[in-house]
Amino acid sequence: MNLLEVAHLQKSFDDTVVLRDISFHVEQGSVVSIIGPSGSGKSTLLRCMTMLEAADSGSIQYGDMQMYVPLANGGCTYADRQTLKAIKQQFGLVFQNFNLFPHMNVMSNLIEAPVHVLGIKKAEAIEYARTLLAKVGLSDKETAYPCELSGGQQQRVAIARALAMKPNILFFYEPTSALDPELTGEILKVIRSLAEEDMTMVIVTHEMAFAHDVSDKVIFMDGGVIVEQGDPRDVMDHPKNERTKAFLSRITEN
Amino acid sequence: MEQFFEYIGKMLSLMGEGIGNSLLIFAMTLLFSLPLGLFVSFGRMSKYKIVSMLVKFYISVMRGTPLMLQIIVIYFCPYYLFGVSVAEDARFPIILAFVLNYAAYFAEIYRGGIESISKGQYEAAGVLGLSKPRTFMRIVLPQVIKRILPSVTNEIITLVKDTSLAQILLTEEMFSLAKIIAAKETSIAPLLVAGLFYYIFNLLIAFVMGRVEKKLNYYQ
Ligand SMILES: Nc1ncnc2c1ncn2[C@@H]1O[C@H](COP(=O)(O)OP(=O)(O)OP(=O)(O)O)[C@@H](O)[C@H]1O
Ligand SMILES: [Mg+2]
Repeated sequence: MNLLEVAHLQKSFDDTVVLRDISFHVEQGSVVSIIGPSGSGKSTLLRCMTMLEAADSGSIQYGDMQMYVPLANGGCTYADRQTLKAIKQQFGLVFQNFNLFPHMNVMSNLIEAPVHVLGIKKAEAIEYARTLLAKVGLSDKETAYPCELSGGQQQRVAIARALAMKPNILFFYEPTSALDPELTGEILKVIRSLAEEDMTMVIVTHEMAFAHDVSDKVIFMDGGVIVEQGDPRDVMDHPKNERTKAFLSRITEN
Repeated sequence: MEQFFEYIGKMLSLMGEGIGNSLLIFAMTLLFSLPLGLFVSFGRMSKYKIVSMLVKFYISVMRGTPLMLQIIVIYFCPYYLFGVSVAEDARFPIILAFVLNYAAYFAEIYRGGIESISKGQYEAAGVLGLSKPRTFMRIVLPQVIKRILPSVTNEIITLVKDTSLAQILLTEEMFSLAKIIAAKETSIAPLLVAGLFYYIFNLLIAFVMGRVEKKLNYYQ
């Protein structure tokens, strides 16, 4: 079953076309990595899927809910509020810079949305937050403030905060790019353990070895198009396209 | 020494009503201009060009002309605009002028604070599904308050001293009374007593605001 289907997505900023005809789908329980050179449109694609940016045309479908309604001129616009609200509860997002709420301690960060958006009882939300903190190895940090945590710990809190909303899909937006190299491991470990639990995830990353390891599908983007997509053992080990080959060899050289 | 305190005591009792009015102007100005400033800053940041331009103009007039002049204009405004007589109790137009003036200053402080909150905070709240008002009240505003506190303290301290401008229309104001007594006694001592009062009051404000700042130091 497909949790997410993106079809013929187009997006321009002023005169520059950033996404042209992007189509792919995400199956339930799968991990999809989006890789590609700088400026290829990975972030923009992720921002469109998480409603931080509106596409110009095409469609994004969560389950049977359409994010956009087509316009007569071939473009698209956001669907009604009800649908958008329901779609928002389908996914969670982990940011590059964590974006924790600095004035709230870890527990408050985790229960703010479950209590006030989903209407879950506070005690229940706290209990679930505790299991999530245990899962990311931060049970002892419940009352800590984000500024008292390392980057890796903050990012693990951010993952727990996203999970607290019980999303069907979790998006990662370069989750290790803002971290010191020695801290990336702990984040990748958490993502791996989520993959083992069949959490559906879409990851924009520059960590090639990790993408190769953890993904069921890799999407290689360049110049706003998907050049190749498929099993990482095909796309990354035996790329067919010259651009993919060039990108991967450039990466392995460094 | 005893004589000194006796003198101060005498002065303060002579200025009693003036002190009351100065405190009234101070308190009313804070009470109304702090929240009003927030709405002014919303207007200043409005996506409607016409609104933000008008508010920008209002702020520039408030900040670009003497408060004393604003007090006089607001006092005589009803007469010149509508031909009705000026307010019997000058305290009302004075407080109004102070509120309008300080709201402009506070608005710019709020705006600076609000604009300093990173886009990521809004995006994180948005993706979690928090509504816009809730995002502002729970996520943005608390962080803004912490950031602007030092500037707000500055403004409040200035306000304490600015209350002396009310003397232009109001005799029963601390500084006016100090001046009258000084003239009677041909001594500047009453003015110094008034000065001491401003100073101690501001020390108190600096102390209280310092405590509040410390309280908010639990993060960052
Ligand atoms: N808000 C914006 N306004 C204008 N142009 C933008 C905006 N956001 C992105 N772009 C442009 O869109 C193109 C794709 O950017 P995007 O951030 O999606 O690439 P990316 O694949 O994520 O790159 P990187 O690996 O460096 O993060 C770039 O040319 C960028 O300059
Ligand atoms: Mg990017």
